[in-house]
Amino acid sequence: MNDKNRITFGLIVFIAIVTFPFWYNLGKASSAPELKLSEKAKAAKECVKPKEIMRQEHMQILDLWRDTVVRDANRAYKSGSGKTFGMSLSSGEESCLGCHESKTEFCDKCHNYASVAPYCWTCHIAPEEKKPEENKPEENK
Amino acid sequence: MNEKYLYSLIAVIALFLLAYAGVEAAGLQYLFGIIIPYLAIITFVVGFAMRIMDWASSPVPFRIPTTCGQQKSLPWIKHNKIDNPFTGGAVVIRMILEILFFRSLFRNTKCKMNEGPRISYVWEKWLWLFSLAFHYAFLTTLIRHLRFFLEPVPFLLQILEKVDGFLQIGLPGVLISGVVLLAAVIFLLLRRILIPQIRYFSLAADFFPLFLIIGIAVSGIMMRYFTKVNIVGVKELTMGLVTFHPHIPEGIGAIFYVHVFFVSVLLAYFPFSKLMHMGGVFLSPTRNLPTNTRAYRHINPWNPEVKIHTYQAYEDDFREKMIEAGLPVEKEL
Ligand code: HEC
Ligand code: HEC
Ligand code: HEC
Repeated sequence: MNDKNRITFGLIVFIAIVTFPFWYNLGKASSAPELKLSEKAKAAKECVKPKEIMRQEHMQILDLWRDTVVRDANRAYKSGSGKTFGMSLSSGEESCLGCHESKTEFCDKCHNYASVAPYCWTCHIAPEEKKPEENKPEENK
Repeated sequence: MNEKYLYSLIAVIALFLLAYAGVEAAGLQYLFGIIIPYLAIITFVVGFAMRIMDWASSPVPFRIPTTCGQQKSLPWIKHNKIDNPFTGGAVVIRMILEILFFRSLFRNTKCKMNEGPRISYVWEKWLWLFSLAFHYAFLTTLIRHLRFFLEPVPFLLQILEKVDGFLQIGLPGVLISGVVLLAAVIFLLLRRILIPQIRYFSLAADFFPLFLIIGIAVSGIMMRYFTKVNIVGVKELTMGLVTFHPHIPEGIGAIFYVHVFFVSVLLAYFPFSKLMHMGGVFLSPTRNLPTNTRAYRHINPWNPEVKIHTYQAYEDDFREKMIEAGLPVEKEL
């Protein structure tokens, strides 16, 4: 006598759990999100740092900006290429969202795919998104 | 230095160099990012199943639980239902407490010789505490990584990430499970290295998984907080793996391939190592059997069939002769 049936059942459950990602995604095509640069960003041509670095390190830049503004009251950032940016998440033309005008079409696309939910928006307000006119970002602090 | 942990450490460093050089110098992204992970997961699943089925084909032994309480006995003796289970239900409760809370580690004590010589057993909960921290942190980390393998990412997973990152320190936010995992595994390693008795009975096979897991944790933490990799590219690669459309996106750092290689080695090594205690804990006969040996007869499953001749049958055969000879019989003619 042995407990083969019960053990086999447990093993099948275990394998089902281990292979869960394979059947969860069954028949779904996956592709990374296509990012749409806003007109303003296209005109500006360059970001704070080269694209590859932005992709990986933009949160660290934001962290640095946040600390610099709040601790040193310094709101202007000189980039490597000599351009000046406003060290702000969402206020002013030269801030992240001042240039990348649409949060949903840009930041969120990536973040949803990678499942990151920055908590910034519990305090900061993203500029209102209206397609045709250029909206001045809200003063929100 | 002790060669047992030195060998394991050297093995893990060699694995690191292999993956790092393989990707940076030889451009073997396809090997380290796709072929090896697939082989590893196949080895893990098939090896795990074979190991378990091998155990499953052994007969259930005579009840041999290690018990920590009074066995069911006379009605006026208090029975410890969980630590000395009598029924299947009580065994299930005992197993759940063992698997989720490591109760047998909680009983760990340290034996000390005092002056006299007198022996004393001292409170020792650190092993239990750090094992529990280690296993739960590992589980959380593992579940969290599903965000790379599922699209869309389920809601519950996002909740878990929120809870794990609730300290909101720095950007990207510190995840508690990663820090706890590394701290706990380093404790478990130091315990084996620094305590002489434990060092004496530790083998290379005890150190290797620890070093490997440290390698995995360190490479993961490096990627997330320090050297940074292109996360969107990483998810493209992992989603390619789970949807069977594997491809290698451009521009993912070599450290990512090192991380994946470490994990692949861990998975492939798993079924052949002590790590099988993951499945084995469910099958340990000192835990998963009720202590009902006094109430139920155990029949050894491989007993050969023995032809028996009872006294009654013997008497039936020879009754007349026995009566003739004046021998007493149980049943008269
Ligand atoms: C003046 C306009 C401007 C500002 C301000 C700006 N960006 Fe950009 N950003 C761009 C442009 C233009 C690109 C595309 C660069 C390229 O294609 O080489 C870009 C690219 C990026 C990318 C990479 C997208 C990809 O294709 O992978 C990220 C991420 C990003 N920006 C985030 C930010 C963040 C975060 C901030 C604020 C700290 C910021 N940007 C501020 C113009 C801007
Ligand atoms: C608890 C509310 C709160 C949260 C959450 C929060 N911030 Fe802020 N943030 C502030 C306040 C208040 C200031 C100061 C505004 C000022 O002086 O202009 C500020 C300033 C900043 C600034 C510089 C000023 C500006 O105009 O943007 C940056 C950059 C910034 N925060 C980034 C972030 C990021 C990135 C996150 C998310 C990871 C975040 N913040 C989350 C409250 C918050
Ligand atoms: C190329 C894709 C991409 C784009 C575009 C992008 N992000 Fe991110 N962002 C990421 C990824 C991936 C992470 C998570 C990194 C990690 O987990 O290590 C992240 C993380 C962050 C974090 C840290 C969140 C946390 O809790 O750790 C902040 C803040 C952030 N992004 C802000 C922005 C803002 C603001 C924009 C738009 C201006 C933006 N990002 C655009 C990919 C992107």
